[in-house]
Amino acid sequence: MKFKQIATVALTTLAVSAPVAADLMFPSLSYRTGPYASGGIPFADGYADFFTMLNERDGGIGGEKAVVEECETGFSTPKGVECYEATKNNGALVYQPLSTGITYQLIPKASADGIPVLSSGYGRTASADGTIFPWVFNFPTNYWAGASRIINHIIDNDGALEGKSVALLYHNSGYGKEPIRTLEALAEKHGFNFTKLAVDHPGQEQKSQWLQIRRERPDYLLMWGWGVMNQVAMQEAANIRYPMENFYGIWWSGTELDVLPGMASHGYKAANFSVVGSDFPIYDELQKHVIDKGLAAGDGSSVGSVIYNRGLYAGMVVAEAVRTAQAMHGVSNITPAMMRDGLEALNMNADAYARNGMSGFGPDFQITCEDHGGTQMAIIQEWDGKSQEWKMIGDFEAPDMDVIGPLIQADSEAYAKENDITRRDC
Amino acid sequence: MFYRESGDFKKTYQEDGQTFPIRFDRWRYWVILAIAFLVFPFFMNDYFANAVMIPFLVWAIAALGLNILTGYCGQLSLGTGGFMAVGAYATYKIMTAFPGMDMFSVIILSGFVTAGVGVLFGLPSLRIKGFYLAVATLAAQFFLIWLFNKVPWFYNNSASGQINAPERDIFGIVITGPHATPLATYLFCLIVAVALAWVARNLTRGRLGRSWMAIRDMDIAAEIIGVNPLKAKLSAFAVSSFFVGVAGSLLFSVYLGAAEVTDTFGINVSFMVLFMIIIGGLGSIFGSFVGAAFMVLMPVLLKNILVGGLGWPTDLAAHLEYIIVGGLIIIFLIVEPHGLAQMARVLKEKLRLWPFPH
Amino acid sequence: MSADFLYTLEVILNGLMAGVMYSLVALGFVLIFKASGIFNYAQGVMALFAAMTLVGLQSGQIPFAHLINAIFGTDLHHFGWQMPALLAIILTVGVMVLFAIIVEKYILHHLVNQEPIILFMATIGLAYFMEGFGDIMWGSEIKTMDVGIPSGGSFWLEEVTMTWAAEGERYWGMYIDKLDVVATLVALVLVISLTLFSQYTKTGRALRAVADDHQAALSVGISLRTIWVIVWSIAGFVALVAGIMWGSKSGVQFSLSLIALKALPVLMLGGFTSIPGAIIGGLIIGVGEKLFEFAIGSVYLGGATENWFAYVLALVFLVFRPQGLFGEKIIERV
Repeated sequence: MKFKQIATVALTTLAVSAPVAADLMFPSLSYRTGPYASGGIPFADGYADFFTMLNERDGGIGGEKAVVEECETGFSTPKGVECYEATKNNGALVYQPLSTGITYQLIPKASADGIPVLSSGYGRTASADGTIFPWVFNFPTNYWAGASRIINHIIDNDGALEGKSVALLYHNSGYGKEPIRTLEALAEKHGFNFTKLAVDHPGQEQKSQWLQIRRERPDYLLMWGWGVMNQVAMQEAANIRYPMENFYGIWWSGTELDVLPGMASHGYKAANFSVVGSDFPIYDELQKHVIDKGLAAGDGSSVGSVIYNRGLYAGMVVAEAVRTAQAMHGVSNITPAMMRDGLEALNMNADAYARNGMSGFGPDFQITCEDHGGTQMAIIQEWDGKSQEWKMIGDFEAPDMDVIGPLIQADSEAYAKENDITRRDC
Repeated sequence: MFYRESGDFKKTYQEDGQTFPIRFDRWRYWVILAIAFLVFPFFMNDYFANAVMIPFLVWAIAALGLNILTGYCGQLSLGTGGFMAVGAYATYKIMTAFPGMDMFSVIILSGFVTAGVGVLFGLPSLRIKGFYLAVATLAAQFFLIWLFNKVPWFYNNSASGQINAPERDIFGIVITGPHATPLATYLFCLIVAVALAWVARNLTRGRLGRSWMAIRDMDIAAEIIGVNPLKAKLSAFAVSSFFVGVAGSLLFSVYLGAAEVTDTFGINVSFMVLFMIIIGGLGSIFGSFVGAAFMVLMPVLLKNILVGGLGWPTDLAAHLEYIIVGGLIIIFLIVEPHGLAQMARVLKEKLRLWPFPH
Repeated sequence: MSADFLYTLEVILNGLMAGVMYSLVALGFVLIFKASGIFNYAQGVMALFAAMTLVGLQSGQIPFAHLINAIFGTDLHHFGWQMPALLAIILTVGVMVLFAIIVEKYILHHLVNQEPIILFMATIGLAYFMEGFGDIMWGSEIKTMDVGIPSGGSFWLEEVTMTWAAEGERYWGMYIDKLDVVATLVALVLVISLTLFSQYTKTGRALRAVADDHQAALSVGISLRTIWVIVWSIAGFVALVAGIMWGSKSGVQFSLSLIALKALPVLMLGGFTSIPGAIIGGLIIGVGEKLFEFAIGSVYLGGATENWFAYVLALVFLVFRPQGLFGEKIIERV
């Protein structure tokens, strides 16, 4: 360790210590680079634009300016940890880690530091159990609920699955493996055949898997993909002429980037927990206060896309939780602990959505001390090849809690046992 | 002036054979250790420990391990990520199976498990050489990752295949888990790193190290003068894997606290550790540390300057980071092809003559 | 014929085509290794960079738009024209030649006569540099590659083969992706023209001379610098071809640079110095991994075995032939 290193260390510490005082700080662990950048850019833009809009229009939340501090993770866990450590002392109110890996990383760390973690639609499903995970929230829904919602949708529309076959094409990582247990339980309940097909990162080469799909012709195909895997899978599905209306993706496989031009993907469906489209009053506000003023985080190309909407939604629930916390504690400059109280009392009903100009943007739910997962409702969207856009079909619906409830219970208990956590009383 | 052999008389063989024959080097060594053990702890906070020092120490251990194999014994390996995964998963299994065990034992046991696996995958090295040997180690890399991803026993049947480090201590001081203090984790890593560096330095100075270097310089010639290539190569694989396994173990348990095999121990990890030892200097203990510092600290530093200091957009900064790190690698190479350690050596030579170069 | 036999045949055929796709990447490695003894780690990034440049030119993107916007607060995106694919390809080749000249002038020129590991490391630096540079130049969002290569299953083949299966068995005909067929033809043309070029032209002979012995080549008056520029240009061109093929398949984005990993086992198996080796190695790897996944991997091992099996296969071959199938015999003297 010579001079250069010491200088490095000195500079590092110097450059980091710039705490933002007396503002509401929302770290954004974005990934605008790396293999998944195309999904990370719109989310980070939506998240940042929402808070910019609040600052411009209302002067912040409850009179306090909102500051979004972006930190680039490139979807890599070690960088996520670095980002967490770099931002947590600046008064970070809530973390949205955006990657299953980083979420698992942050769950124990943030719980010890007393900062809430919100992983909407990803992360550890069992963290819906608020008695074991007091600092972690995963409303409005999670992967297990998503899998159950898709299966329910199939049953509602096409009749019982008895004797049919369902295949899961998944990214061979923690994220992709999440729905397996749920689908196995559902297969037992509904009597369908369940096959799993793993695709290795990054997923450019899926020929074997698709030849297998072509041979076995599963009646329904579910996909848990991310990044390039989605595009390749969609192309291969079109190539083998797999019936698109029987092909379902999870929310990370249901964006504009994942479908093919023309009619090739017409009828492909995906689960989602925030709606698509830009036909909401909030878009007028965004146009007026953010985009027209040239304050948008991105170059504007992603505005209105599926993942941009998800970013907006993530910003909105956090802002609502801040308002709840401010009302509960009677102070405007809240602490992370107050933020948690706000999240725990968050009530996203029709009024709350309307207040934000986002009526019907997400499911209604009420968070309580023991339930951090909300109603776990999801919606199904379908790609319309003619108009080249996603359309919502049906409404937000709850998953099969008879199956998911015990699974969540079992997983959270396993975590509690492994880490010596006692269930807290609510 | 101050950097001289002259006047520093060695009276015993022991003195003559010591690691740092020059008094200034000895002082410098003790000063650095003193700073690391006595000064840094006072500045230790979460960021400095978890984002700067612990990753640096962990990667330095991994680089030490790979340097033993590649730098000292000449066997190119691209399986570092896989072997680190072995260390991490061994740690996880041991930690959850024997909750009472202290962390030192856990880490050392994990190291031994990895050493065993390393020897197994080192067997083809007896037949395959050079760049071609990389294929054997790459096979290890991909196979091990696949195995840990596929077999639920390794991650105790958790739903997503993530492993979490439970809270464990040593003499009552919490080392792993969220409640460990940055000071404790830093000192723990530092002690392990210094101990392993000491072991590595003395191994490479001894008979075993010399046999490795003989194999590296020319294995046929080495065989002729009586070095057993089987023993030398496999022992290099074993020792190297031990180090790498310890690094993986620390990475999982102390640094990250949770890991997922495809994400944390992928092929890019293998490449990164290889870059570290090439940039730092092949066949140099000091080089392993410098290389790790360069690859770990440089991006953090650049990020903090570009984003924190200059307020650039994070994506531009991330791209510039790549450009600058890549550019620096090339510039270093053109200036000094044998790594940063060689630069230090040249500097020492110059110091010896200073201030009268002729 | 039984359906199982036809399925196996289908897997083998698809494996062969996948192998060709790997070979396309491996070719670039071999060319540079042969001529300069450099293991070019940046080959994958070169393919990404070439593909990005092609798409950028085609869609009229303004290079460095993001950087310019960030510094000057402007709002630049596109020039507003669409370039025909052929013109864009020609311009991209021009860019890759320029790239080769710059690499030679600023990197290789300073590293003449260094050990292979150091040259290898220089290409690592180059890879890092280009990864950031390409992203700043063209942006890191995903882009669609469209140069008019057909893709999708061949329906003609499906219909022809549909009747082959034995009576009473469910069979849907054989599946082959048209893109793979095009890739095979392109690879064939590429290899033939490369072979002809190196056998029958003056530059080609000079290339081989340099590959054999740098110093001897220098002493008969061959300019090493020119040769290196030519070799890197050709490798850049091969990277562009690989980039087009893989980009048409999966879109142009960061992951494209990871295709280099698929080429590594091919290289090790075929030998670093042999162009036919790269092709045959690719075919063996492609067929081997697809067959293994089909017959054993997905049935008994839970799938996704392709990645490691490619290396294990290469390893098995290497144990018997340590210099690769077509590599030059390693002669060791004390």
